[in-house]
Amino acid sequence: MSIIEAKGLARTFKSRKRAVHAVRGVDLRVEEGEIVGFLGPNGAGKTTTLRMLTTLLEPTAGTATVAGADLLADPVGVRRRIGYVPQAIGQTMGGTDPACLVGEELRDQAALYRLSAADTARRTRQLISQLDLDGLDERLVKTLSGGQRRRLEIALGLVHEPPLVFLDEPTTGLDPQSRSNLWDHIRGLRSDLGTTVFLTTHYLEEADALCDRVFIIDHGEIVAEGTPDELKRRISGDVVTLQVNGARERARELLAGQEIVEDVTVSDDGALRLNVYHGAEALPALLRVLDDAGVTMHSINLSRPTLDDVFLTMTGRSLRDDSASARRGEGSQDPDTAATGTRR
Amino acid sequence: MTFIHDTLTVFRRQLRLSLRNPAWVIIALMQPILYLVLFAPLLTKLPAASLGGSGNGGSTAEAYKFFVPGLLIQLGLFGSTFVGFAIISDWRAGVIERFRVTPVSRLAIMSGRVLRDVLVLMVQAVILVLVALAFGLRAPVTAVLIGLGFIILVAVGLASVSYATALLVKSEDAFAPMLNSVVLPLVLLSGIMLPITPLGPGWLQGIARISPFRYIIDAMRQAFKGYYANTIMLEGVAVAVGLALVCLWLGSRSFVRENA
Repeated sequence: MSIIEAKGLARTFKSRKRAVHAVRGVDLRVEEGEIVGFLGPNGAGKTTTLRMLTTLLEPTAGTATVAGADLLADPVGVRRRIGYVPQAIGQTMGGTDPACLVGEELRDQAALYRLSAADTARRTRQLISQLDLDGLDERLVKTLSGGQRRRLEIALGLVHEPPLVFLDEPTTGLDPQSRSNLWDHIRGLRSDLGTTVFLTTHYLEEADALCDRVFIIDHGEIVAEGTPDELKRRISGDVVTLQVNGARERARELLAGQEIVEDVTVSDDGALRLNVYHGAEALPALLRVLDDAGVTMHSINLSRPTLDDVFLTMTGRSLRDDSASARRGEGSQDPDTAATGTRR
Repeated sequence: MTFIHDTLTVFRRQLRLSLRNPAWVIIALMQPILYLVLFAPLLTKLPAASLGGSGNGGSTAEAYKFFVPGLLIQLGLFGSTFVGFAIISDWRAGVIERFRVTPVSRLAIMSGRVLRDVLVLMVQAVILVLVALAFGLRAPVTAVLIGLGFIILVAVGLASVSYATALLVKSEDAFAPMLNSVVLPLVLLSGIMLPITPLGPGWLQGIARISPFRYIIDAMRQAFKGYYANTIMLEGVAVAVGLALVCLWLGSRSFVRENA
């Protein structure tokens, strides 16, 4: 059975003048043990969908089963079985109180899940070592670094050993080093504990590096779904760039004649640019063709399309255009209303 | 019972946070103590009859029996209505949302806090009464206990509403003027500083009857004079209990709603 199964999940916010359709009928299926990414620009409906799946927001339409419990009929059952780490950027922060000690936060969280004293002690110990929080037990949360605080917030979501954890923008606002460190921890959740991870991100490299499967959401609808590789392959082929020693025209003709090559262009610096499907598999064949014809080359480069290309093709705009405004965090409305000041 | 367990969980957390900064408990006491020291002496020269006592001369005893119940209510009013500010910063830190995703009773997120607030208020009220004793208050222990009981009822209701309202507006900038425009008229109309009856003109005495605190404070003053069973006391108890129940209902309704 799927650990998340959502059908037609929708949420409409009513503002004074009009209704804002933040999420318009999302269908989702996530299997146990997957790391799934929810990718989209700010205001696309990522957080709203996540808030519905975690019982924070009641859907205006649709149904879902999350971790074996019905979202509408048994929200407390859902809460018991999921972990949730809110986004740490935007109008609300990641859920830790600056005036609390690290150990207190962990123990309080255990009490919220009504863990026994023995389990509380055991889980606190485990999480502190699992998330590299050793020695920080007696430190005030406000004295932690950004990466440490984020790891504590993730630890809080894991206190009750949930089979499914939701991470909302887990690495937004962190420096690159803390980010890749956190990626390792997130991978560890699955590999060591078998935890299913559902995360949102607007970093393409994050989705690419972490996720088995990606849902691309835009304007409240899922516009694409698949493994990062599938998505990239669906969009465009790979690009092979090569520099030959002399005989450029001959090489061009030879390569253009190959079935796997879509087209060949000569770039300004005299390199040949080939559009190829399944570039990695095509390279040996291309090399052989040139070698057989006695053409030598001094460099070859294979570049694969990025999820950014996918996003661009799917939505007609680049996700990166949006990164500057990403700092203010994603609200639950679409970008138009954000500008008219529904948010602080 | 899980609700009690959850309430105590939240209560312990909040109390721990309060104890980390005990200075606030004292700072909150500054205002009533200043009134006690710098304002109450003015009343000792007023004719005792105007303060609900007997005789035309001033009397220290009458003045404090009149003024201390008012101060206690004022402490309760300010102490409980301002608690909402703290929950706005909790909300902003994401703490409220984090709690709401756990199986903890959503009502306990409020009730645990209210319990802490009542405890803090009791400590403050006891300190205030002790200081008042030093200044010349003479009142039976039963009266003081009845007074504390009234404050608990007021605080439970108002703190609940304060939390619920603060979470609805989610902004200190909006919450502060809202509080001022509600609390100040209530304080003035309750006759905390000076007796509205008989000092006030007829129309003011009339308006004052709409303030629930007016009834509560009259009942407390009866108690401080040693009358525990009369119509005024009955009215006061009925209003206090009713107010607490209505506020508690309003507050908790808002807390268990999906998006508070």
